[in-house]
Amino acid sequence: MSFLNSEITEKIRTLIGLYPARQAVTLPALHLVQDHYRCVPQAAIRDIAALLEVSPAEVHDTMSFYGFYKTEANPLGKNRLWVCRSLACELRGSEKVLEKIVQKLQVHPGQTTANGAITLEEAECIGVCEGAPCVLINDVPCSNVSLENVEKILDNLQK
Amino acid sequence: MAKFEPVLLKRIAVDHSDSIGTYMADGGYRGLTRALKEYSPGQLVDLVKNSGLRGRGGAGFPTGLKWTFLPKDHPGPIYFCVNADESEPCTFNNRVLMEKDPHQVLEGIILSCYAVQASKVFIYVRYEYGPAYRAMEMAVRQAYEKGFLGKNIKGSPYSLDAVMHRGAAAYICGEETGLIESLEGKRAWPRIKPPFPAVEGAFRKPTIVNNIETVACVKQIVDLGVDWFKSMGVPPNPAIPRDAGSYGPKLYCISGHVQNPCLVELPMGITMRELIDVHGQGVWKGRKAKGGIPGGISMGVMTEKEFDIPLDFNGPGTVGCLGLGTAAVTVFDDQTSIVDVLYNICRFFAHESCGQCTPCREGTSWMFKMVGRIRNGHGRKEDLNILEEVGNQIGIMPGTTICGLADGAGWPVKNAIRKFRQEFETYIQGGESRKPLVGLQMAQASH
Repeated sequence: MSFLNSEITEKIRTLIGLYPARQAVTLPALHLVQDHYRCVPQAAIRDIAALLEVSPAEVHDTMSFYGFYKTEANPLGKNRLWVCRSLACELRGSEKVLEKIVQKLQVHPGQTTANGAITLEEAECIGVCEGAPCVLINDVPCSNVSLENVEKILDNLQK
Repeated sequence: MAKFEPVLLKRIAVDHSDSIGTYMADGGYRGLTRALKEYSPGQLVDLVKNSGLRGRGGAGFPTGLKWTFLPKDHPGPIYFCVNADESEPCTFNNRVLMEKDPHQVLEGIILSCYAVQASKVFIYVRYEYGPAYRAMEMAVRQAYEKGFLGKNIKGSPYSLDAVMHRGAAAYICGEETGLIESLEGKRAWPRIKPPFPAVEGAFRKPTIVNNIETVACVKQIVDLGVDWFKSMGVPPNPAIPRDAGSYGPKLYCISGHVQNPCLVELPMGITMRELIDVHGQGVWKGRKAKGGIPGGISMGVMTEKEFDIPLDFNGPGTVGCLGLGTAAVTVFDDQTSIVDVLYNICRFFAHESCGQCTPCREGTSWMFKMVGRIRNGHGRKEDLNILEEVGNQIGIMPGTTICGLADGAGWPVKNAIRKFRQEFETYIQGGESRKPLVGLQMAQASH
């Protein structure tokens, strides 16, 4: 009995045809699963492993290397808000922005708000340094974040 | 000298610059169609070799030479990987190219693949670049529709398939063999070389890995010629054996304490000072610069007095930096503490060390802890010597790690302490300390 729904399973099967080795679909499959379930459940690891003809341990080995993927114990909220802490951002006030976000959301980096709307994280450089300080909302950057406009950004994510 | 006209960034302000329609209206893909008819793959390799193009990703390896490392008459398949895992802090040139002119990038990719006779290309884009990923994905789809990808491209015998691949937020994937391991679905642990990827790379087949800006330069060289490319930049320095010179245009990122953080395209070899004063419009708030980094934080730290060096492949080395790197300049003003700058840099490497080689895994986190201790007011003078010692002992140059990213972790530490020792000592002696903001300071140093 498979845990993954048929849509994700089909997508993984299609991806397998694009690569010379099945294992190469590990990251793409983990992305599909995490996008849908907001984490990578143990049962999904087993299903991915079966589809890619590798052991579940190999999928888990890869997954756990990238701090990006979440386990069932700590799933993502509806949105992932990454606050960049790289040198370019820190020089232009990212620490103060993060402090304000922490106060406003009442969560620390790595935690999710009680209503499940926002998971707060610190990011290493997100490559939008001309707009520092910047944050990444899921995978879309938001530039020139300030103590003034950050509340509006958070309000939009709470909706 | 004639005024320099940007070429790589020429189209970024055009309306719908990312669509194949505007790209072709601006003459796009003509170079590819012509090259498939007029050049043999070998001639295209020679063209790029003769241009003196060196990789834009950080190491500056001559691109054409890299291509010649592929085994001759290999039965195939040969793979091409595009390294769009631009993760070096303060660097964003590849992002802008992919978002604003993805077809320029893609035409460069197809030309490069034809030159090395690759049958498949994997375009590995870091996860954080969502809009860039989608722009490239759309470009690939449109190129298939118009017959620039797929079977028998534009009626030629050459066929190529492109696969978009998304990373998962790890700095190490920018190292070419780390990228290959990640692409194969494994943890991104760099491989021991040799064999180099050109001999045994992705899926154990000969593989070329090139950066986004590098392939965009290939497209421009095909269109505008070797003479154009060599008409700008810095010729080889005869005093340096086997120096390949620093030719062509370069995308420079400017960030940090400047009035106008931006991306500019200029002939290779502009000075750090001109870049900051003219294009960055000077240091912000009427202040003076204390120092900066020349090409991403892994290239080391410079003092303001060193800003007159040219940003070509040799310039940063003359002031003890590791190299040109990604040519991403970040400036910090005279009110910034060097302790804070180094703390930020060390935190990055402690977090991003992949953990495969003990000297890097342990060295980066101990350097971070020591700088953190200094920053919190508990530093000892001898810590500075220990930091220098650790910095000197991690990397491929001292021969203790598999990949060169460890050299980049140690370099800013060595540079900062050598060039700003007085400030560190004053900080330690004065018992200065930073008040942690809401207890975030030491959090999340490593996975």
